[in-house]
Amino acid sequence: MSETKTVVLVGVGGQGILLVSKVLSELLVENGYDVKMSEVHGMAQRGGSVSTQIRFGKKVYSPFVGHGGADILLGFEKMETYRFLPYLKAGGTVIYADTMIPSAPIFSAKKEYPQGLDDEIEKTGRALRVPVTEWAAEIGGTSYQNTVLLGVLAKTLGIGYDQTEAVLMKLIKERFHEKNQTALAKGYGFTQKN
Amino acid sequence: MGKVLLSGNEACARGAYEAGVQVACGYPGTPSTEILESLARYREIDAEWSINEKVALEIVFGSAFAGLRSLATMKNVGLNVAADPLFSGAYLGVEGGCVILTADDPGLHSSQTEQDNRHYAVHAKVPLFEPSDSQEAKDMMKMAFEVSERHRIPVLFRMTTRVCHSKGLVELGERIEKPPTTYRRDLSRFVATPARCRVHHAELELKLKELEEWSNETELNFIEPGDSKTGVITSGIAYQHAREVFGSRATYLKLGFTYPLPSRKILDFARQVENIFVIEENDPFIENHVKALGIRVIGKEHLPLCGELNSEMIATRLLGEKASGCEIAEEKAVARPPILCSGCPHRGVFYELSLLKDTVITGDIGCYTLGSAEPLNAMDTVLCMGAGISAAIGFERAFQKIGRTSRVIGVIGDSTFFHSGITGLADAVFNRSQITVFILDNRSTAMTGHQNNHGTGLRLSGKPAREIEIGEIVKALGVQHFYEINPNDLAGLKALLVKTAALEGPVVILAQWPCALLKELPPQDRSKFELPDHTYTVQADKCKKCKKCLALGCPSISFVPGIGSRIDESTCKGCSLCYQVCPFHAIQKSGDRHV
Repeated sequence: MSETKTVVLVGVGGQGILLVSKVLSELLVENGYDVKMSEVHGMAQRGGSVSTQIRFGKKVYSPFVGHGGADILLGFEKMETYRFLPYLKAGGTVIYADTMIPSAPIFSAKKEYPQGLDDEIEKTGRALRVPVTEWAAEIGGTSYQNTVLLGVLAKTLGIGYDQTEAVLMKLIKERFHEKNQTALAKGYGFTQKN
Repeated sequence: MGKVLLSGNEACARGAYEAGVQVACGYPGTPSTEILESLARYREIDAEWSINEKVALEIVFGSAFAGLRSLATMKNVGLNVAADPLFSGAYLGVEGGCVILTADDPGLHSSQTEQDNRHYAVHAKVPLFEPSDSQEAKDMMKMAFEVSERHRIPVLFRMTTRVCHSKGLVELGERIEKPPTTYRRDLSRFVATPARCRVHHAELELKLKELEEWSNETELNFIEPGDSKTGVITSGIAYQHAREVFGSRATYLKLGFTYPLPSRKILDFARQVENIFVIEENDPFIENHVKALGIRVIGKEHLPLCGELNSEMIATRLLGEKASGCEIAEEKAVARPPILCSGCPHRGVFYELSLLKDTVITGDIGCYTLGSAEPLNAMDTVLCMGAGISAAIGFERAFQKIGRTSRVIGVIGDSTFFHSGITGLADAVFNRSQITVFILDNRSTAMTGHQNNHGTGLRLSGKPAREIEIGEIVKALGVQHFYEINPNDLAGLKALLVKTAALEGPVVILAQWPCALLKELPPQDRSKFELPDHTYTVQADKCKKCKKCLALGCPSISFVPGIGSRIDESTCKGCSLCYQVCPFHAIQKSGDRHV
């Protein structure tokens, strides 16, 4: 691959986006790509939205893209996925969790969580909604949904399951291995019903 | 040694390690914080947090006068605090290499200004390095120490948020151990008196002349050939964006050493290309210099002065290329502003302050700046570190002058109090200011990621510190009315605010409770704070939907129309504020808290 590809990840602080970014970056380095990963710290940790970008190819220059630059948008939360749709390239792929986390104006009853976002996201063409909320019991609770998304993403990028699992296990504590393996396998095996 | 993925911050630390740095200091501040934290992992380096950036830089100058390679790290506005030693230090020069790292924040991800600190290089007359990715950050850090030592001058090293917090592959090298030089007193060198500094100034100008020559020669300022119709002059992260957009459609002059700028090389470059774009973030720092050389360029008339640059913006504004991104409906993407966390010990104070009438509240820099946000809205001003106290003094004096009787309350955090609140408080005592000061001590420098500070008992290196007790400082300054309170006790706060309203000021109230996100309390705190072991829940039949609990702005509480308030027990920290404000006793203790 000579062209640089871009994955934009978005969600809410505490959803485990940084771990997924780290695993993906390591995987891409192992597979011989030049990789740059960009993240924004700071205020994001206090309930704001969190976003990272991973770019890979033969030689990567800029560590992040603007609107219209993402080949894949990986959303950890529905409204954040919608907010970040402008980053998607025409013909790009959206992979997103059906998770809904209310923001301050919503939980304080000033606004409502917007309706119809699934349809709006579908309109972009290639959208893959991952029903992690339905799966919560199977995957050991909502804390493992980031690993499910990692599985879907690795599959989409054509990265092998064993390699993904090996890198993930290196980065997490042993007592979390089993539940993460279940979640990763669930995500990796996911295909959208058409 | 192979390549590893490092953030720009980790790469700076690695570069400093390889350069043989011995002493490093700084004050936490996004996006610079991880540099010193990474340095502390190398046992060869003495890396410790300082009380503020000015002190950090003075320590670093002392160490560099003594002949050791030394590094100071800080965020953009931190250099404002450290500007005093920067200017005179440039005059005095150094013996050991001295690098001052400023992490600027284009786009204001987490700062109060978007200042372009490259201007400090010109103003203070020090050389300037501008890396554009992690590999360059590491390599340039080593060169910065060499330049500093060769020219006996402190060096400014300018990072930006995206260089700090982007990871890239970096080739590692070995550490160079520099034998220490023997310090000898030399009155003609390091004593800044007017007579000596007249001489130093002239020497400094000569150093800059030599450095300009070096700037023309160094490989840090290089030409990357491509189509010669278009020339691009650029530096820092802007180079990476420009390279992405123009590819081989341009010839580049990539500048890594940007003060003194390489005038001869720029003039040569201008002769090789037809049209020139200058692409840089924020101020036209390079552009103005190039224009002053009589070269016609295109730059800031198309590129923004404000905000971050990205490749899409360059393609759109300079080449007229349209981006392909789709549009969204704003109303369907409800804002997600940062807020005080569940169980945040600042919430109780701001809740009580939000109920006060005819009160001006001067805030400060830290998590508790979020006390200004909806629904608490309990803050009038935030200016800079320390102004939570000193701006309060100003309000009180202004109100005295015009006969306004509003109460003035200043709010400041523990780390910020150490950083620059102590001096303001001394001034309040000395000038008999009628103000009330809340010191919100959450036992951590929380906003930047839970660094230890002078009140927490532990140093960056993990060695024990001598804990400085805020109460002892306050009393030693001569404050007559000093109170301590648990900020989760709303009735107590309310009573204290009433009791202290008419006292002769300044009144100081220390509201002490650990940050709810702290994973581990400092040892001396473990017996002092009994953290709640249970959560709270809403009894639906008792909830009258009055929404009073929503006025706390707690992210664990949400309102379901038709049903009433609901508490997410998986995130509730058991602070009990909602239990205290509910007029109908609908909120009750529930299960064990999830840890």
